[in-house]
Amino acid sequence: MLTKNNPHLMNSHRENLAIELCDVVHTYPNSNNNLASLHFDKWSVDVGQQVFLYGDSGSGKSTLLNLLSGILAPQQGSIKLFGKDISQLSNSARDRFRAENIGVVFQQFNLVPYLTVAKNIELAVYLAKSSRQQLTQSLSELTSALKLPKSLLNTPVANLSVGQQQRVAIMRAFINSPQLLLIDEPTSALDNSAKDAFMTLLLDMCRAHNTTMIFVSHDNTLERFFSLHTPISSFCNGLTKQESN
Amino acid sequence: MLVSIAWQSLVSRRKTVFLTFLSLVVSISVLISVEHIRLQAKESFNRTISGVDLIVGAPSGELNLLLYSVFRMGNPTNNIKYDSFTMLKANPSVAWAIPISLGDSHRGFRVMGTNSDYFTHFKYGNDKPLSLATGKTFDGPFDTVIGSDVAISLGYQQGDQIVIAHGIGSTSFVNHKQAPFTVTGILAPTGTPVDKTVHVSLPAIEAIHLPPSQLQKLVDNPQLQLPQPNSITSVILGLSSKFATFTLQRQINNYQDDRLMALLPGVAMAQLWQLMANVENLLKIIGYLVLLASLFGLATMLLATMNERQREIAVFRILGASPKLIVSLVILEALIISILALLFSLAVVTLSLTVLDSWLAAEYGLFLSNNVLSPDLFILSSIIMGATLLTALVPGLEAYKKVLHSQLSCR
Repeated sequence: MLTKNNPHLMNSHRENLAIELCDVVHTYPNSNNNLASLHFDKWSVDVGQQVFLYGDSGSGKSTLLNLLSGILAPQQGSIKLFGKDISQLSNSARDRFRAENIGVVFQQFNLVPYLTVAKNIELAVYLAKSSRQQLTQSLSELTSALKLPKSLLNTPVANLSVGQQQRVAIMRAFINSPQLLLIDEPTSALDNSAKDAFMTLLLDMCRAHNTTMIFVSHDNTLERFFSLHTPISSFCNGLTKQESN
Repeated sequence: MLVSIAWQSLVSRRKTVFLTFLSLVVSISVLISVEHIRLQAKESFNRTISGVDLIVGAPSGELNLLLYSVFRMGNPTNNIKYDSFTMLKANPSVAWAIPISLGDSHRGFRVMGTNSDYFTHFKYGNDKPLSLATGKTFDGPFDTVIGSDVAISLGYQQGDQIVIAHGIGSTSFVNHKQAPFTVTGILAPTGTPVDKTVHVSLPAIEAIHLPPSQLQKLVDNPQLQLPQPNSITSVILGLSSKFATFTLQRQINNYQDDRLMALLPGVAMAQLWQLMANVENLLKIIGYLVLLASLFGLATMLLATMNERQREIAVFRILGASPKLIVSLVILEALIISILALLFSLAVVTLSLTVLDSWLAAEYGLFLSNNVLSPDLFILSSIIMGATLLTALVPGLEAYKKVLHSQLSCR
């Protein structure tokens, strides 16, 4: 269940919540050297839900993903993922939490260009400190699910097509069986048929693994793939500019 | 895993990495060579003579006398009377005296006139006497005993005949063809200038410089008594008692019938090291400056790639890599280049020493081992790695800044 500013609903589903945002404020210097702030109201997502967030550029979509992944820490408020308040964690603990629980796919440059497909995936396993046995098993399952030929595993990612790179990025995102998947504008470099195939594949994977997914894009035509969709402006107060010191 | 990633990262930038690697190889090779040659030269010089108490020659610089008498380097400035040698030999403090006469050569190898005492009393290394690999010491007037390197380089065997040339250049226009010498013995290798020396008897040296008609008579009639020399180059002395060294040195220096100078090999050697220390230090400083320049090149190369690596850093971050890990990766790349450059330099120096071994010995009297591994090398390697670590901190800090600013939206 996707909730917005509904404390009663949030309390009744608290143990099933994958994401729980509470009055999060993120301040950053903008291009004019002024301080800009983004304010996220109360917002939550249930475990296993796939949510489509859309909005124009600069509306706070990427900032939200950076906050949810723990790359950015909010100045105020709390961000709970599966009951754990990551805004209270140290930087290294947040990095660790991300490696173990969150998979990320973003527009492009998802992969380390000089490594092979296998090495890119192994890197994610290494950083999450997962076992090699799990890697072998998951790799086999994912290559067949994503219809990636095994011969591709030893190919440097720079030699792959954009579509293949995106599928490898999905494979890497799923390799550690993450509870949460964050997706940022992954289809902007794909044509329409590739876009449809990608979305179908991604959603099938999420449903198969019961993975919670936050999918952000400025392209609201993609909302047809989701049962839950909302504009980010519904819980993000937008920019509040202040004079910089 | 990290090493593998760092390696792949370097391979992906192979052109710039290779140039930086080459620049490091050059600087590290210079440093290793300077250090190795310094240590080996000292060891080589120190093992050249053993048990010699005084060296006596015509007054000149002490170093010059030491160099031409013992190391066959440089030229004698003047001779001393043969009578001075007999006087020294008769001195009760003197246990043995070896006359040395220099000035001729054979195909680039120095010819030394001496007597049979040389083969009995001359010692090298840790009090090791000379020994013959084959044959015997000189017996007849035109017999010669050659060092092992002479035999190997020129392919000589016992019984071969050789012609001595006037002067010490590798090419001479005055050959003593009239009186060829027969190789009667070949010395066992010593790793000292002895290996590069052609030994003949003192009277033979005197004889080959006689007018052709007189020399021909001697060649035709080996039974004839060879002339005793009037002068020789120097004398090596072993004393019965070490306590007599300074007294005898003073007596020799004040000797009225000839102009003589006596030196203690150890003191002259110390002078030599003192003189060499300045050159060594200068070479070391140049070596370290070249290394520093190369390390700056390495840091610049890594720094220059930081902008293009921002996306790569973002990927590492989303996978959960900590800033510390990303900085470690950058430093690891620098260390891999340095370690490989160090190993390659060791191979280059070893190979160069193996190839140039004979040339260094012939031209400079340096007998260098091609085994460059030593405790000093360990210290040098640590310095190189430490310096690499320090200079890699510059791109490392830049990577750290990039990490702090890297976000998912990085394009």
